[in-house]
Amino acid sequence: MSDTVKDPARSSYYVDESFYADLVAGFSDWQRDDRAIVDATARDEARVLIHREARLLDRNQLQDWLGLFAAECLYWVPATPEGGDPRREVAVSFDDRRRLEDRVYRLSTGNAWSQVPRSRTVHLVSNVELFRGKDEATRMVRSNFVIHEFRAGETRHLAGWYGHQLVRSGKDWLIRVKQVTLLECDQNIRNPSIIF
Amino acid sequence: MSDLRNYSEPLAVPFEAGPQYDWDQLVQEDRVHRLIYTDPAIFRAEMSRIFAGTWVYLAHESQIPNPNDFVASQLGLRPLVVTRDGQGQLRALFNRCTHRGARICRAQKGNAKSFACAYHGWTFANSGKLLGVPWPDGYACDFKDAKFNLVQVSRVESYRGFIFGTMNRNAPVLRDWLGPVAKPIDEWIDRNPGGKVRLCEANRLKFKGNWKLAYDNSADGYHVVFSHASLLAMENRLHAADEKGMSFYQGKPDDAPMYVAYFGNGHHFKDKRPNIDRSQPGALWRIEGVFPGMEHFAAELRAKLGDKAEAALDLASSEPVNINVFPNLSILGNHIQVIDPVSVDETNTTWYGTAIVDEANALGGTAEAINAMRMRTMEGFPNFGEVDDAANFEEIQKGLQCPEDEWVYMHRGLGIPGRAKTDAAGTITAPATDEIFMREYMKEWKRLMKSEPDLAVRREV
Repeated sequence: MSDTVKDPARSSYYVDESFYADLVAGFSDWQRDDRAIVDATARDEARVLIHREARLLDRNQLQDWLGLFAAECLYWVPATPEGGDPRREVAVSFDDRRRLEDRVYRLSTGNAWSQVPRSRTVHLVSNVELFRGKDEATRMVRSNFVIHEFRAGETRHLAGWYGHQLVRSGKDWLIRVKQVTLLECDQNIRNPSIIF
Repeated sequence: MSDLRNYSEPLAVPFEAGPQYDWDQLVQEDRVHRLIYTDPAIFRAEMSRIFAGTWVYLAHESQIPNPNDFVASQLGLRPLVVTRDGQGQLRALFNRCTHRGARICRAQKGNAKSFACAYHGWTFANSGKLLGVPWPDGYACDFKDAKFNLVQVSRVESYRGFIFGTMNRNAPVLRDWLGPVAKPIDEWIDRNPGGKVRLCEANRLKFKGNWKLAYDNSADGYHVVFSHASLLAMENRLHAADEKGMSFYQGKPDDAPMYVAYFGNGHHFKDKRPNIDRSQPGALWRIEGVFPGMEHFAAELRAKLGDKAEAALDLASSEPVNINVFPNLSILGNHIQVIDPVSVDETNTTWYGTAIVDEANALGGTAEAINAMRMRTMEGFPNFGEVDDAANFEEIQKGLQCPEDEWVYMHRGLGIPGRAKTDAAGTITAPATDEIFMREYMKEWKRLMKSEPDLAVRREV
């Protein structure tokens, strides 16, 4: 295969059967006490990453935000509280690297009307817990969020929890999957155009 | 009504007269008055005259395939449980206990032979019949009296899996009411294996605006390059030279072969299929925008299916139609969109995904891979297109708060000789950006708002 074909920003070669199978397996039954990592340093690494992510979203530094993700990544907002099987169900959002870059690009065009004027947000993230992933190079993080959003004269709150699957990259961790479970994910949602 | 003996016959329901407007003044040939979008009294009247007085889409049969399946729905603001009873009969039950009025079912969907009210335990069969009440010895009445059975929508009919209901005794049978819109519905279904689809999860959106703003939009070819400017730019980000997605709107859409049509009874249609040469399979696939898994699954299908792969890839691709069945159903691409009014200025639009069902294994075991692609292609427009339309609908609702500027114009194409054509069946067609679909459906809206429908409900005996 040529390099272009192997560029995840240009080709979605990596979203295949095993990607889906790993995704569904990796996000099933992972928030278990027997998988908790209680080491304060390790947990703080994860917390720092997730707080930084929230800051970049709130400051609209979306290119920097994309940089927190692994090259082969996923931003996943399921349409059911348990996540469901994305092979058989539509999601609120299911963005691979290329579609995530599309999302960020669209928001930058100035005529994504659902974001004109742009939302002002604060992402409040708490209750950060760290869990073992499928191997030493993978970690799972659960956190709760409240997004306080002000747009076009109105304020609202969206709440839920995040599941971050992190992968080691040298001494750092990158986001391989960000799963966003909105409390109201299976209800009709007004203007879901921000990045949650 | 207590003098009516045979409760299996429809019971006439009192008709709420509603506001006494001069409807001819509010809906004119070239414009409609802002009040039809902003007046709570008109909205309340619509909930009887439209959302009971004409056929309304309720649910899809694939949501309740088995005996005793049920799914929650609504008829206007009336909460419903649409059931397939033990005998397989489809029913639209009012989700309202006949005792004190509580909803008897709180689940969105499931399988149940009966529904027990959580308040005092009255229990109803999924046919609507009252099965029993706790401690009946405390009552002097006869609970066999049909007035204690659940109210149900008096007429429920299904066409190709789409379940509709009306309370209007004088409405034509469903197939006649659909008329020529049945043809594109047939074509839309029959492109799928076995002529079937399965509804799956949905992209569920809400906007602060009147429900008609969504129906005004669903055959509108005029807004596309403006309302969806960011989506078009996004689709062309990596494919500047390709005719991807909605690119065929660029340039002058009226010069393209696509067209808008009006079928009567409020049904309208934007048909983009003529823009595409479909003499060879793979035509839809070639214009499909990029999506997660595209390259992998396409390569896999081509390896497995050889020269049959392109037709299979078309099944993962969006069908370029907007088929709009008045007042609340739009078949858009592979979505089934349902418009649910919430209040005069709030509307839910639910974009159900559809999956293919390959019972005869005509696709060599690739249906799962096709569906894995189809889910992703369907997520594109709600995420990157509809959100912007909904934001524009909300801006309309805000703009219409100006009482001194009364009119909403819909006269694009009006008065230009030869622009619209009417065929022998009465179907009107016009260039893609024409607002004739809105002018014509507003006539049907006005007809229904003027009429006093003969509404009836039904109870089991």
